[in-house]
Amino acid sequence: MAELHVELVAADRKVWSGEASLVVARTTSGDIGVMPGHQPLLGVLESGSITIRTTGESGTGTVVAAVHGGFISFADDKLSLLAEIAELSDEIDVQRAERALERAKADTDAAAERRADVRLRAVTGAH
Amino acid sequence: MGAQTRVYKRRIKSVTATKKITKAMEMIAASRIVKAQRRVAASEPYATELTRAVTAVATGSNTKHSLTTEVEQPRRAAVLLITSDRGLAGGYNSNAIKASEQLTNRLAGEGKEILHYVVGRKGVAYYGFRERPVQEFWTGFTDSPSYGDAKAVSAPLIESVKADTAEGGVDELYIVYTEFLSMMTQQPVDNRILPLSFDKSTEEPAEGSKGKPEILPLFDFEPSADDVLDALLPRYVESRVYNALLQSAASKHAATRRAMKSATDNADELIKTLTRLANAARQADITQEISEIVGGASALADASAGSDR
Repeated sequence: MAELHVELVAADRKVWSGEASLVVARTTSGDIGVMPGHQPLLGVLESGSITIRTTGESGTGTVVAAVHGGFISFADDKLSLLAEIAELSDEIDVQRAERALERAKADTDAAAERRADVRLRAVTGAH
Repeated sequence: MGAQTRVYKRRIKSVTATKKITKAMEMIAASRIVKAQRRVAASEPYATELTRAVTAVATGSNTKHSLTTEVEQPRRAAVLLITSDRGLAGGYNSNAIKASEQLTNRLAGEGKEILHYVVGRKGVAYYGFRERPVQEFWTGFTDSPSYGDAKAVSAPLIESVKADTAEGGVDELYIVYTEFLSMMTQQPVDNRILPLSFDKSTEEPAEGSKGKPEILPLFDFEPSADDVLDALLPRYVESRVYNALLQSAASKHAATRRAMKSATDNADELIKTLTRLANAARQADITQEISEIVGGASALADASAGSDR
């Protein structure tokens, strides 16, 4: 079966790379799923979680990451996800995110609240 | 101990103390270069992918965008100069400033008005001392810049590029920084970030596709080519600024290391010379003492020989 080669890169590091069969990401005009053989695509990502269904060497499984602002670009079965900030779900400190959410709610800081919310949802797996 | 010897001993002591400091600074800088280099390498994938994406949009679509099209007669240009907060780095800061001055003169010669943006205390001090206007400046993060710092620096730049020329906007954006070539070589460079020049940006990420230019497929844009470009270009500027900041930081540490190494070597040399001089002075003291004793003894002998007679 054809595979996607996925690179998830943040501004200051490479977060994840490997083979995948499906990637679901949220663009400004809605969720989009990319499978091998998709038409070349370039889209703007919203803050949200990205789901990568992995195959190949990394084994079958699901990788979830929270991204804040970025792009998805796909060509020749190579998918790159660029984000200013990207965190894998198992890297996220839940307690810290919860604290940040509380704080953001108290300060009515919509952007910070959204960031914390996205992190938490990436961990719990709820969309 | 003779007076001369004491003076030499004191100077040797003070040079040794200075040497200890420069040696420590050299080692600190050396450890920081490695860290800074690692950060430059870590930022590479993002920059490469972003450049690819920008190239893809700009070549794959025929949208006209203020950030990609060259103005026929550019009237105003922004120059971002990256220096460091601290000195003791040899010619690092003055070289970067010199490169920026050259660029400024060249642009002024082409009849453009130049707006200066400066990062780092040394650059700010340079402009401050000459009472030349600086649009904006940033200090305090040059040793280890974060992506947030790059965003803060880019924001006003992007804004002024987007603004109309008539309302004080700029047509071109240049960045002057010190490129980290190797531990021994760092070179100040001036790059034009905007408008994009594609022949250059396509060359850079060509690692796997050397020799054959990458043919980019026709992309599907989500939501539209214009919107994608709108969102992409600020990120592109930020990533270029970030890369420049990181390279400058690495270069600064390398320059510091080299400057401190030569300072340590000079201290060694000085200690050697002073030790020789101190030894000579000690020998002179001893010789003088002996000759004084011998002289005294023979004078006494002469005197007693005279009284016997």
